[in-house]
Amino acid sequence: MIGGLFIYNHKGEVLISRVYRDDIGSQAADSAVFSSSGPLQEERLEANRRNAVDAFRVNVIHARQQVRSPVTNIARTSFFHVKRSNIWLAAVTKQNVNAAMVFEFLYKMCDVMAAYFGKISEENIKNNFVLIYELLDEILDFGYPQNSETGALKTFITQQGIKSQHQTKEEQSQITSQVTGQIGWRREGIKYRRNELFLDVLESVNLLMSPQGQVLSAHVSGRVVMKSYLSGMPECKFGMNDKIVIEKQGKGTADETSKSGKQSIAIDDCTFHQCVRLSKFDSERSISFIPPDGEFELMRYRTTKDIILPFRVIPLVREVGRTKLEVKVVIKSNFKPSLLAQKIEVRIPTPLNTSGVQVICMKGKAKYKASENAIVWKIKRMAGMKESQISAEIELLPTNDKKKWARPPISMNFEVPFAPSGLKVRYLKVFEPKLNYSDHDVIKWVRYIGRSGIYETRC
Amino acid sequence: MTDSKYFTTTKKGEIFELKAELNSDKKEKKKEAVKKVIASMTVGKDVSALFPDVVNCMQTDNLELKKLVYLYLMNYAKSQPDMAIMAVNTFVKDCEDPNPLIRALAVRTMGCIRVDKITEYLCEPLRKCLKDEDPYVRKTAAVCVAKLHDINAQLVEDQGFLDTLKDLISDSNPMVVANAVAALSEIAESHPSSNLLDLNPQSINKLLTALNECTEWGQIFILDCLANYTPKDDREAQSICERVTPRLSHANSAVVLSAVKVLMKFMEMLSKDLDYYGTLLKKLAPPLVTLLSAEPELQYVALRNINLIVQKRPEVLKHEMKVFFVKYNDPIYVKLEKLDIMIRLASQANIAQVLAELKEYATEVDVDFVRKAVRAIGRCAIKVEQSAERCVSTLLDLIQTKVNYVVQEAIVVIKDIFRKYPNKYESVIATLCENLDSLDEPEARAAMIWIVGEYAERIDNADELLESFLEGFHDESTQVQLQLLTAIVKLFLKKPTETQELVQQVLSLATQDSDNPDLRDRGYIYWRLLSTDPVAAKEVVLAEKPLISEETDLIEPTLLDELICYIGTLASVYHKPPSAFVEGGRGVVHKSLPPRTASSESTESPETAPAGAPPGEQLDAVPTQGDLLGDLLNLDLGPPVSGPPLAASAVQMGAVDLLGGGLDSLIGATSFVAPPAAAVPANLGAPMGSGLSDLFDLTSGVGTLSGSYVAPKAVWLPAMKAKGLEISGTFTRQAGTISMDLQLTNKALQVMTDFAIQFNRNSFGLAPAAPLQVHAPLSPTQTVEISLPLSTAGSVMKTEPLNSLQVAVKNNIDVFYFSTLYPLHILFVEDGKMDRQMFLATWKDIPNENEAQFQIRDCPLNAEAVSSRLQSSNIFTVARRNVEGQDMLYQSLKLTNGIWVLAELRIQPGNPSFTLSLKCRAPEVSQHVYQAYETILKN
Repeated sequence: MIGGLFIYNHKGEVLISRVYRDDIGSQAADSAVFSSSGPLQEERLEANRRNAVDAFRVNVIHARQQVRSPVTNIARTSFFHVKRSNIWLAAVTKQNVNAAMVFEFLYKMCDVMAAYFGKISEENIKNNFVLIYELLDEILDFGYPQNSETGALKTFITQQGIKSQHQTKEEQSQITSQVTGQIGWRREGIKYRRNELFLDVLESVNLLMSPQGQVLSAHVSGRVVMKSYLSGMPECKFGMNDKIVIEKQGKGTADETSKSGKQSIAIDDCTFHQCVRLSKFDSERSISFIPPDGEFELMRYRTTKDIILPFRVIPLVREVGRTKLEVKVVIKSNFKPSLLAQKIEVRIPTPLNTSGVQVICMKGKAKYKASENAIVWKIKRMAGMKESQISAEIELLPTNDKKKWARPPISMNFEVPFAPSGLKVRYLKVFEPKLNYSDHDVIKWVRYIGRSGIYETRC
Repeated sequence: MTDSKYFTTTKKGEIFELKAELNSDKKEKKKEAVKKVIASMTVGKDVSALFPDVVNCMQTDNLELKKLVYLYLMNYAKSQPDMAIMAVNTFVKDCEDPNPLIRALAVRTMGCIRVDKITEYLCEPLRKCLKDEDPYVRKTAAVCVAKLHDINAQLVEDQGFLDTLKDLISDSNPMVVANAVAALSEIAESHPSSNLLDLNPQSINKLLTALNECTEWGQIFILDCLANYTPKDDREAQSICERVTPRLSHANSAVVLSAVKVLMKFMEMLSKDLDYYGTLLKKLAPPLVTLLSAEPELQYVALRNINLIVQKRPEVLKHEMKVFFVKYNDPIYVKLEKLDIMIRLASQANIAQVLAELKEYATEVDVDFVRKAVRAIGRCAIKVEQSAERCVSTLLDLIQTKVNYVVQEAIVVIKDIFRKYPNKYESVIATLCENLDSLDEPEARAAMIWIVGEYAERIDNADELLESFLEGFHDESTQVQLQLLTAIVKLFLKKPTETQELVQQVLSLATQDSDNPDLRDRGYIYWRLLSTDPVAAKEVVLAEKPLISEETDLIEPTLLDELICYIGTLASVYHKPPSAFVEGGRGVVHKSLPPRTASSESTESPETAPAGAPPGEQLDAVPTQGDLLGDLLNLDLGPPVSGPPLAASAVQMGAVDLLGGGLDSLIGATSFVAPPAAAVPANLGAPMGSGLSDLFDLTSGVGTLSGSYVAPKAVWLPAMKAKGLEISGTFTRQAGTISMDLQLTNKALQVMTDFAIQFNRNSFGLAPAAPLQVHAPLSPTQTVEISLPLSTAGSVMKTEPLNSLQVAVKNNIDVFYFSTLYPLHILFVEDGKMDRQMFLATWKDIPNENEAQFQIRDCPLNAEAVSSRLQSSNIFTVARRNVEGQDMLYQSLKLTNGIWVLAELRIQPGNPSFTLSLKCRAPEVSQHVYQAYETILKN
């Protein structure tokens, strides 16, 4: 299991260090040989801990080359690291731990910290180090991750110190039953005057296209994010135009199948928040759950079939002699004319030896950014079924560099008000048997946002 | 409120200040002081001197302060064990606190204070907490048992905590169950033999129920524990799989991977004919693909695991090639792993796409990635024959880019392509030769030299090219030197007239001016070959090379099976067994996949298993190509030269063995002195250099040894039992004939005549091929030696033990019976070398339960010596591989009745114990094969 956790700043200085197991440090095993209790051994253990801390600093943070792997083995000690802005989080172990779990835990830890004090920065970590130690004590015991749902944690660990002094016995047992309970993500007795919920279908559409316009790979990775403000312990049931469900239902009336079949989508795979009853999904493909209070990610999904690609990029690059490039890029929007895409940005890479660029574009603004080696073309809004183009002349400095320019792909960013996968929310039903509000009383909001993921066209 | 100010105290004398503050009356000041102490501790300052003062702050009702003090205690208690005792009282008291949060905190912290004296006091509170009414306390106490076990295992056993922990598996709270499972699993790891977890269908059922209800982490603990269970039959395996599959939709990747591990392991037990098997296979692919949209670090873990999964079950992801296409912004570690998997999934169906991608990658920036991409193109050519032409033209395009490392990498792979498809693409040689000057890496130079040597007859200026390399001979790396030597000898054999000078030059450079023994040895061998018998030299040096088959970097089957059991863990990331990176005994228990056991009557034999994984998909290692030593070894591994004249083949065997290095000891220092320069005949073409006959004397001497090992004669029939006739004997196998070498001694006082011999029916049908011929009557005290040829055409009856032989010998006095055991290796036939692909397919095909493992102890030989010695007894090394310093020899042998036995011999340098795994359709022979190994290797 995880033997220790360290947080470093960008200089490699330790901000947080929590050791869960003695074996951390390269000489840990040897020290047992000289084993003598008392200060001597303690010094050695302390030295070991520092060894592990330093080993990571020297071999990873200060390593001359870019890190080639997120898992590093130094002197039989394994280091897992993730980076958040310029903060390094490292988990250390000497055992054959579950590697996927360690990374999941590190991400979770980041989430928990962010939920408590916002951005993970050196400043924030130093300001909250006592809190972080407290959290680490709670969510990791002897290297085993424990309940790490922020909702539950916030009931008894707060930035303002611990409330427990004034808690009643009932409150205490409520906390412990929530932390360990089946529904660890929600506490009882939540009350709202207005029962309301928001559903956001957020999709990122990914594309890799060849210069000739052939789709090399395309997929949508989507998330359904729910914000719930519901009283009591509401039972929810979520339905969407999942092909499998619709075909199952439509079996009776063949007519309906063909009609609705058009609108249904084939989901390659999906994963759910831990509140969703997976066995029920597996057997009936129905999504039922008791939601956490507030915002959470209900599900993630991936589709690869019948994706609406909101934009098509047509590149044309011509090398005119050795010192000049002519680039022309056309973008076409491919959705209903009544809809508007926003925040459109096209990034056209330029060679490293570019000396000057002249750009002409019909719409939006385009600029050559030397520091990024790219022409960035921004358009605020664009309706569907439209077309726009940019042309640029790139002057090159003559070089004797034999290596050819790698021609990175042209990438695009945008936001559209629909789900490129075609996913539609069919219903979200709420039942609360104990309190007297019904499904009709709940105010529900649904929104679709499609964003570009990695949306690239090779040129 | 900001705590960052605590980090900035660096004044001198701060310890004293802190001491004063800690002893302050004001609560707030105390708390501030403890925070400062913790901050100093974090940045690595030694604040152990404050121990008594901090401990004094412990008795407080302020929970925040208490937590801080506990944190300090965990760090420094060891340095002040006596003072730490002071804290015990507070702990014990806190364990009784009405607030469950405080009870849990106390028991959690106590377990972290690793002082022996404290552990005694810990027992009572822990016992109470394990039975606490509050689940939060119980789940904390469960982990505490593991902590205590780490400090003092004996104490935990004596106090009966293990039983209490086992009871917690039936706890009503899922989180308590999960933590108990985690603790028990960890404790069980350090006691591999104990049956601590005692998994049975009932407890498994409890775990599966808890699985649906506990936290994501708890699900991981439970799934990892389930993976260690071996269901009793395929029905149970299927029902567990059914209950585990819903986990594949969990948002936590670790839950998904652990579920995949359970499924991959239990699938092994399911028959491939089952519908369910196919369903399960289909269910595995989507979640694996989804893992690729996780954060990059997790993608990396997932890709390393997918790499294992596609090697074990290529069918799972065969349609998912596209998702492994590299994205421009992927971190380099993700890119490299994706590339690896792309090649594994490449097939005729998708090769066009793959090639287009690879070509794209070859123009990227990262040097490692580009190299790997170029190499991948070569691998595709070798893997998918139909694509070879396109691959070659792609490589040529890449060579035209003139990017130095791309060119070099391309040449290395083109050499491999030549080995796979000889006489097909040689037209490109001209292009390659143009780039000769830009090659600066040894591997590329060696590859180019190999190509020039191999196709010397088609390259007009081959001699000039090679000569140009020769100028800086001593500055080259060994790899290049060896290659150059061989290439020039090849050239000489092909164009003897123009290149005499060149060959002499290289031979003298290699033998006289080099300190490298390998180079010198090879030089001498060529020299002698050339000077004694150029025809033979031609046969040896220009021998037709076996085609290389496929890829090199497949993980060998046993390791792969073990790693499948470790999916999701570090072992699967490193692709190494835990023993390679975990210290001590913890977690180094070897795991293996469960054998398939059918509960139903459907007695499906392993042979009928459908070709779900076509053997052609996975092929075995290729010896390092281009290395002539390798070439020659291949030659000797090939089927024996047809035509049995013993003398001729003895010569060849001798020469070959010499190269294999197996006979070093035999050759000795005396006979193998370097020929003085003067002794080299000016005319190298002369038949037979006189001074060299000693070498051949030697080899013909060796020839007799090259048959199977012959045990010394043993007395089979003592004189007392046979009225004065004593028979001793042994079995031999030479040039394909088995014989029974008998020594008959007449210890009686009368003459013996009329000898005859007969065998009882036996397991392998051994029977005398000729009558026993004792020419003259045997007079008293006289001894006669007879070699009785045997055939295996006799009638067969299984004997017990398998290799026992009952013999009746008759003479003029009486009939005598005796029984003896024959060593199995006399039955190993000469054509027992299996083709690599066959080997791999057969190995996979033979069910795991037929595998037997043995230890061969105290054998001081190295892998080469072992291999050559076994070969002389017709145990053939099919492939050899070095894995983490261990030599793995894959061997095959065939018995006279056509039974194949496959072996994997694991040799660790410096360790005289070898591990032998045998797989055979008739497992009863394994024991005897093992004995044969023992006999051959130890004598």
